[in-house]
Amino acid sequence: MTAPSAEALAALTPVLTKRWTNPDAWKIDVYERLEGYLALKKALAANPDDLIALIKDSGLRGRGGAGFPTGMKWAFIPQHDSAEDGTAKPHYLVVNADEGEPGTCKDLPSMMNDPHALIEGIIIASYAIRANRAFIYIRGEAVHAARRVQNAIDEAYAKGYIGRDILGSGFDLEVVLHRGAGAYICGEETALLDSLEGFRGQPRLRPPFPATHGLYACPTVVNNVGTISSVPHIVLGGAAWWKQMGTERSSGPIIYSLSGRVTNPGQYECGMGTTLRTLLDLAGGMLPGHNLKFWTPGGSSTPLLTAEYLDLPLDFDSVAAAGSILGTTAVQIFSDLDDVVYATYKWLEFYYHESCGKCTPCREGNYWMVRIYRRILAGEGTYEDLDTLLDTCDNVLGRAFCALGDGATSPVTSSIQYFKQDYVDYIEGRTPPRLRSADLVGAH
Amino acid sequence: MDSIEVDRREADSAEAGRREPVFSDATVARAREIIARYPAGRERSALLPLLHLVQAEQGQVTPAGVEFCAEQLGITKAQVGAVATFYTMYKRRPTGEYLVSVCTNTLCDVLGGGHIFRQLSEDLGVGHDETAADGSITLEHAECLAACDYAPVVTVNYEFYDNQTPESASALVARLRAGERPAPTRGAGLCTLREMALQNAGLTDDRAGAVDAVAASAPTMRGTRLAEDNNITAPRYDVNAPIPAAKAVEGAR
Repeated sequence: MTAPSAEALAALTPVLTKRWTNPDAWKIDVYERLEGYLALKKALAANPDDLIALIKDSGLRGRGGAGFPTGMKWAFIPQHDSAEDGTAKPHYLVVNADEGEPGTCKDLPSMMNDPHALIEGIIIASYAIRANRAFIYIRGEAVHAARRVQNAIDEAYAKGYIGRDILGSGFDLEVVLHRGAGAYICGEETALLDSLEGFRGQPRLRPPFPATHGLYACPTVVNNVGTISSVPHIVLGGAAWWKQMGTERSSGPIIYSLSGRVTNPGQYECGMGTTLRTLLDLAGGMLPGHNLKFWTPGGSSTPLLTAEYLDLPLDFDSVAAAGSILGTTAVQIFSDLDDVVYATYKWLEFYYHESCGKCTPCREGNYWMVRIYRRILAGEGTYEDLDTLLDTCDNVLGRAFCALGDGATSPVTSSIQYFKQDYVDYIEGRTPPRLRSADLVGAH
Repeated sequence: MDSIEVDRREADSAEAGRREPVFSDATVARAREIIARYPAGRERSALLPLLHLVQAEQGQVTPAGVEFCAEQLGITKAQVGAVATFYTMYKRRPTGEYLVSVCTNTLCDVLGGGHIFRQLSEDLGVGHDETAADGSITLEHAECLAACDYAPVVTVNYEFYDNQTPESASALVARLRAGERPAPTRGAGLCTLREMALQNAGLTDDRAGAVDAVAASAPTMRGTRLAEDNNITAPRYDVNAPIPAAKAVEGAR
């Protein structure tokens, strides 16, 4: 392992992660000593519209995978309907803390190590969109993060940062932590809302969008943990400061989560637009004996890239131009010793398991694609199977209420695009079967 | 696709009236507390936590648990059952004291998760979503547990045991069966699966040290440590820089 180059080190921009090395930053008194709740005081003295404008000016884009401009999302909420005539609907802020995209591991550490940044961001965002109730929908399995977040909520209530007439501003806010129960689909915002309302987590048809018909059919903003946790920093530092990091259209710092065949996997916060070459430099390079073969820029739902893309700036637009998606910056790294067909198969098992079943193309498409993969991996595949896979993808992509089905097609189409020979090697028997025929029940 | 079977005997309401209540007054009080977290008229939002609550009492979601949730929320058993069967954390068979989840999604699998699962399956003599004969441990393979930088991972009652091997996971399970509670790599000391379900119902974990327990080790802090060790910071800012006034918006405030 070699030490990172000075050039690579200069890419590091600890903002969201700057308190993570302090083992007590999750406690409110320590957080307060580290600039905690300063942004809230500043925000409550400002006009909510100024805060929305500030977030717009910062260029902050959602960190949950889609990269939608956050300020614009907030501005979609009908802001001046809270009229005295009593007919206006309440507004809600819902935080998506249902982290579960394969490869993604940035929100859990954030909530464990710096939960007050999330809480402070929630209070500011709620004030900006005139919401008096906020929900955090956290993944049920994330028990330790939930403990820390609940503790942070309790501490913030005790200090008067949440509750009635916050810091004498006249603004009231209730914050409730709501735990899920094991369903990846609930990370999709409308499925999350259905789940939060006590139903099966199944996506809704849009329009209408959550901005007007969200939780309880009321105006709702749904934001990712990373998005909301960025807000206090922007309020403190200002839009111009935030834009010093990242690129023109993908501003600010972002947490890149490196996993797989790297020497030092982990969380690396850099300005947006950092390349995989720089990230690998920071992470001590590939594991000895491993050469980069394929990787995901932002989780399994983002099309695979190859070693040719080492110098691709990892920002929203550059990655899209390269035919993939920045997603959640979950950089999963695989080497020449890893089997791309098997890797794709395991992802398909995931999508098959997690498809909510509402839309036929996604439910049936994933069911059948898993079976085709099993057949190929058992050495019983045919050339026609490759056409069937691509044809199935064509019939899933864009044909369901939400993007889960789209995500499932990403590894399939990209792996066939870049590594067709690996499939052919199974079909022609050059690669020995990886699954036994006994695993093939129902595959034909 | 299995489903919660409707207990036919319960259809006889006269008989049901004579039965002892399955759930205690304490559970009823807790249910009320949970329901009160949600806006008036939106009580159904409490369904997921209530299902965690009944699972905490019975170790699984039973027909009686479904009925309890339905009664508390004024919805039908069919409506509750449809939700209970959708989510993987609600178990519909008796569970052990510990739920051992092995991530076998791609990243963990490539780094050995599949081998770990097979090892534990052999050790315990069970497959996915099954409980060992002695009733101690329920085994499952899990989808991504959002800890890929610690891969391959195993969780016990959802607390993380990071960077596992088949040998280390096998030793972990052996210690659990011997009545020990090895400390997780990250997260609080182990409690039972039922106690964990109570926490997931949103009832605070008041065990000493549960919130304090270690949350981060090397991978989480890697980038930040590198920056600190090399005196690298993000650009500086002035916390007192004013928030600019937006262009006048009609009717603001």
